[in-house]
Amino acid sequence: MKYVDEFRDPHLIRQVADEIRRLANPDRHYRIMEVCGGHTHAIYRFGLADVLPSNIELIHGPGCPVCVLPMGRTDDGLSLTARGGVIFTAFGDVMRVPGTHGSPLEHKARGAEIRMVYSPLDALNLAGANPEKHVMLFAIGFETTAPSTALTILQAKAQKVTNFSVMSNHVTIIPGIKAILESPDMRLDGFVGPGHVSTVIGCRPYEFIARDYGKPVVVSGFEPLDILQSILMILRQLEAGRAEVENQYARVVPWEGNLAALKVLAEVFELRPYFEWRGLGFISQSALKIRDAYAEWDTEKRFSLPGIRVTDPKAAQCGEVLKGVLKPHQCKLFGKECTPESPVGALMVSSEGACAAYHNYVHRKTEAAAAVA
Amino acid sequence: MCLAIPGRIVDLPAERPQFAAVEVGGVRRQVNIDLLSEEPLQTGDWVLIHVGFAMSKISEEGAQEQMRLLAMLGEDEQAMEEIAGYGIGWEAEEKAS
Amino acid sequence: MSEPPLVRFRDPQIEMSHGAGGKASRRLVEGLLAPLFGGPLLGPLGDAAHLDHDGSRLAFTTDSFVVSPLRFPGGSIGDLAVNGTVNDLAVSGAKPLALVVSFILEAGLPAAVLEAEVRALADAAQRAGVQIVGGDTKVVEHGKADQIYITTAGIGRVDPRVRITPQSVQPGDQILLSGPIGDHGITILLARGEIDLEADIRSDTRSVLPLVESLIEAAASGLRWMRDPTRGGVATALNELARDCGHGIVLWEEALPVREPVRGACELLGLDPLHIANEGQFLAVVAPELADAALAALRAVPGGEEAIVIGEVREQPARTVLGTASYGGTRVVDMLVGDPLPRIC
Repeated sequence: MKYVDEFRDPHLIRQVADEIRRLANPDRHYRIMEVCGGHTHAIYRFGLADVLPSNIELIHGPGCPVCVLPMGRTDDGLSLTARGGVIFTAFGDVMRVPGTHGSPLEHKARGAEIRMVYSPLDALNLAGANPEKHVMLFAIGFETTAPSTALTILQAKAQKVTNFSVMSNHVTIIPGIKAILESPDMRLDGFVGPGHVSTVIGCRPYEFIARDYGKPVVVSGFEPLDILQSILMILRQLEAGRAEVENQYARVVPWEGNLAALKVLAEVFELRPYFEWRGLGFISQSALKIRDAYAEWDTEKRFSLPGIRVTDPKAAQCGEVLKGVLKPHQCKLFGKECTPESPVGALMVSSEGACAAYHNYVHRKTEAAAAVA
Repeated sequence: MCLAIPGRIVDLPAERPQFAAVEVGGVRRQVNIDLLSEEPLQTGDWVLIHVGFAMSKISEEGAQEQMRLLAMLGEDEQAMEEIAGYGIGWEAEEKAS
Repeated sequence: MSEPPLVRFRDPQIEMSHGAGGKASRRLVEGLLAPLFGGPLLGPLGDAAHLDHDGSRLAFTTDSFVVSPLRFPGGSIGDLAVNGTVNDLAVSGAKPLALVVSFILEAGLPAAVLEAEVRALADAAQRAGVQIVGGDTKVVEHGKADQIYITTAGIGRVDPRVRITPQSVQPGDQILLSGPIGDHGITILLARGEIDLEADIRSDTRSVLPLVESLIEAAASGLRWMRDPTRGGVATALNELARDCGHGIVLWEEALPVREPVRGACELLGLDPLHIANEGQFLAVVAPELADAALAALRAVPGGEEAIVIGEVREQPARTVLGTASYGGTRVVDMLVGDPLPRIC
């Protein structure tokens, strides 16, 4: 597969890994955060920690939209299925997310009308095909996905589809990163920047990290070679005492971002004054709300949602893992009360959540190794 | 938010200007190209696809430049090894550490 | 070698995941069914039960088929119903003697649809060299079943040269795979029509009996274990083996055979081919000194040309399947909870 296989070339991967080893200062411990859940998933999926020297520590950031979604929002969305005549649609990532009374799949097993979609347009098409029902899209994602939701709402308006609405759980990445940077227990040396969010917002929004916090940011692709090259670029900056934003993913990411996407975002969405991020608390100006002009397609305006707030059990240390203060297996509930099958906290729910990724891809390696030792 | 795949435009049907037929490893999908409305697209172009939308046009030059940079790493290493092989002072020490 | 932990079934209701072949299924079988049915014959939970009778070892198995849609590129429910049970017998080292077929039919089902599946069953049985000797038919009210549900049961005689148990699997043993993975599951996903993906992918449903017979001829004395990786995919089958034999399994990621369009679909949807169902492939664990002969025997059979060694058994990490890449990266390949779900993140 072109533009994929070249960036998985084992020979080149070894070369970049060797260069990283050569460059890394053995007296230094590097803490690098990859912001995006997709990067977390790729790091585990390709076993990249195995080829990095032990003094480079990868910290998993909060860029997992399912992980930071408060359970109350899921409950609110699912509450609509109780009234009959509403079809709840969402991407596969959401289907196993537990609400207070079960996940969407569990609700479906009890007879609720729940449909998985692969694109927001699928949900709109479903509305067209089911005029007697109301189709609600439970929209999640950062700036990568929000423009597609926005275009779909514009499409709904153009086609005069009235039995369709979106419950926007879209969040924005910069406030999430700021929350990490301002956290007092945070010690990070650099950031692997979210490559696909950046196709929309470009590279400029990260400049404050380099300028005000003195940390390098390298916007990265998602193949093993991309991630390793980005780590190398961060290391080079650190060793040279530089702090800049660089674009490793230049084959895909335009420095200025995607103007058409930004325009359509601004047309349909505005920032909520504040929004709750599970594990991180309320963050101002960090989430997208549908503008009044498009209220007809805003689930929260069309229906009155209960506004459920669910607090996580105190023992769940999601916030600390999200901020990179704790590793997944250091949370007291990890692997016992909290597993991918019975997740307590958000990070165990999504396959790209740090805890789920660690549990699925790493945990048993280290468990087995410990058993042998 | 992050799963996006490169695909090649194989058809731009005039009757559906918002969509392109895109091929990914032998699989065809209808992809909405409204987010790339400010760029001229033609069949053979590669785009990055996320949830059925094209997010960005992939730059072949960008990809090749990246491969070139990566390949140079290997050359640098080989050059270092050659120098170290001559047993000249600091390079040999650095290689040994 | 430590015992696997006791499983308890405490789920309050049945979910789709209990039928998906992954962890939830295993919990149901091991936590509810096996303890209540338990007896000396219900030993290791393999593809078929082994019964000793009059000096012969018999294999006895059953399977149900509820696939929707009924027809898809490469086959139909009728093909699956025969091949599935034939394959369960084959990977138990048995030559199928006979099959019985039960139908649960939804009232309102067009007779032409039923006839097409009966023909498919008959043709598949003929191709597989097995006879359908009996069965049953029930009809339920419209809405109480999804068109046709088929259950087949099969009995066969285990080749006396074959002694396959997970306990005989040893570090150093080689893991062979008969051909490309993921075809069937992706075909069904696309055939449901929920995603507008077009691809030249067909179900791989077929009888693997000729391949297994060739393997037995060449390597019976070194043949330790076989399994057909249906729902849950290769990942589930190998995790079950790892658990049952107590050793580790290492997979060479670059050796896994996946057809290009299956790979394309998986990349697009965020799915791992290792978790996708197959209906015409099988895994075999063979002693290292016979691995070359075993592979050659598979490749010599039409349909076995793409057979390949995909990994080996190791002592560590115990009871774990580890995927390894040639650049040194490793990852645990686990069983899923339920069906693999496409993702966007």
